Amino acid sequence: MDWRAALIETAWNLAFIVAIVAPLMLCVAYLTLWERKLIGWMQIRIGPNRVGPLGLLQPIADGVKLLLKEIIVPTNADRGLFILGPILMIMPALAAWAVVPFAPEVVLANINAGLLYLMALTSMGVYGVIIAGWASNSKYAFLGAMRSAAQMVSYEIAMGFALVVVLMVSGSLNLSDIVNAQGRGMFASMGINFLSWNWLPLLPILVVYFVSGIAETNRAPFDVVEGESEIVAGHMIEYSGMAFALFFLAEYMNMILISTLTAVMFFGGWQPPIDSQLFNAVPPFAWLLLKVFVIVSLFLWFRATFPRYRYDQIMRLGWKIFIPVTLIWLAVVGAWMQTRWSIWS
Amino acid sequence: MFETALFYAFSAILLLAALRVITARNPVHSAMFLVLAFFTAAGIWLLLRAEFLAIALVLVYVGAVMVLFLFVVMMLDINLERLREGFWRNLPLAVVVGGILVFEMVALLARHVFEAAPAAEPGPGNSNTRQLGLLVYTHYAYAFEVSAVILLVAIIAAIALTLRRRKDRRYQNPAEQVKVRREDRVRLVSMPSERDE
Repeated sequence: MDWRAALIETAWNLAFIVAIVAPLMLCVAYLTLWERKLIGWMQIRIGPNRVGPLGLLQPIADGVKLLLKEIIVPTNADRGLFILGPILMIMPALAAWAVVPFAPEVVLANINAGLLYLMALTSMGVYGVIIAGWASNSKYAFLGAMRSAAQMVSYEIAMGFALVVVLMVSGSLNLSDIVNAQGRGMFASMGINFLSWNWLPLLPILVVYFVSGIAETNRAPFDVVEGESEIVAGHMIEYSGMAFALFFLAEYMNMILISTLTAVMFFGGWQPPIDSQLFNAVPPFAWLLLKVFVIVSLFLWFRATFPRYRYDQIMRLGWKIFIPVTLIWLAVVGAWMQTRWSIWS
Repeated sequence: MFETALFYAFSAILLLAALRVITARNPVHSAMFLVLAFFTAAGIWLLLRAEFLAIALVLVYVGAVMVLFLFVVMMLDINLERLREGFWRNLPLAVVVGGILVFEMVALLARHVFEAAPAAEPGPGNSNTRQLGLLVYTHYAYAFEVSAVILLVAIIAAIALTLRRRKDRRYQNPAEQVKVRREDRVRLVSMPSERDE
């Protein structure tokens, strides 16, 4: 490859990355507003409505506030690691988007080991929390870090098994292939695509994956890492200004990522639910967006509905319920695929 | 050309990180440098087009093993003075072990075992991951199963070593907790309301 072609390809990739990250940041900003509004309505409140019409400028005001605040490094903190913590947190949250397919053929890196890459990167997210918690040199922060390390490692196993089942029925680690595989089958040939998607035959796996996803992102009801009533804000307690904002960004970005992956792996990604002229006229990306929006709203709904789990309950759910469920369903699906009645051929 | 430059950059980072693992004063810093070393090693494997091995390295060692490592290291209360005390006493043993390692590496490299024909380019749709899967689950199925059993034994042994049942503790039985009904705990009593003076 000569230098000019390499240069053009690099520039193209950079442009693509900007085209992914910039809207993502906007999504994160407005997800915070949507969260406060939705939970407000669920609790019969109004939610933010002071800044701009209907409170629509609230996230901008929040962002400016965080940008202008001073970043304070505690005297006895490990300065290098203290700064590295938020960076380690946001890096995997951003890098994971490289393999997510937004529409047919629209993906930054169409690699064969996409699913593995995602697992590797989501498992990196825990470092930000641990390093931040340890480097802050504060008991509360450290407790938060310990909790998160145990919780994330536990739920990663169930999540990994869930992904193995998805990979088995799709026969590929490539996310675009996984979406395409869901568009085939008996129901899809009858035009009712949404019954061919993975959510129906893999229903228990979907539940395990999504709930593990909530635990991985440390969202309510699994947010003992922050536990504002006991350890005030966990690993984030010593952070201020933009350093704190990075944790926040990473958390919301991970939420959107888990929702997108759930849509891609279980709800047919960009495919329309019914194969009709009207539905096919909608651009594929809009379908993905709609699905992601619904799933992300589930995160918020859960936060408004469930009280925080006790720590031993979280561990019990992860190790004693989710892992056996995924193991059994793995065997069931494996056996099913070998019979004459296999729906994945 | 570009790949060679990348290789040298990764190798330099890898060596530096590995060196810092043993020279860093703070054990947490050492662990983080080890993470960096694993990560760059994965990068080098990616350059060799061994994408499965590279990602598995990140997934297993960086994502799981090192997290638990950090977990333990952070909770240790390490006295640096006492750690450095044993340096001269343990040096002879370290030199012997290091010497054996160097000898083994040199013996292997000197016999040109690695100068086999370069690996064939995988065709489109024929990924490294797929090839490894096919080999491991067909040709080497028994060896693979045996290694899995060894790991299982190790897990059970580790649990057996650390499991202790304390008699003086109360345990909660989640099944019983779930079964509890409102009537078991709450009794509504209807009483005539008292009147203020």
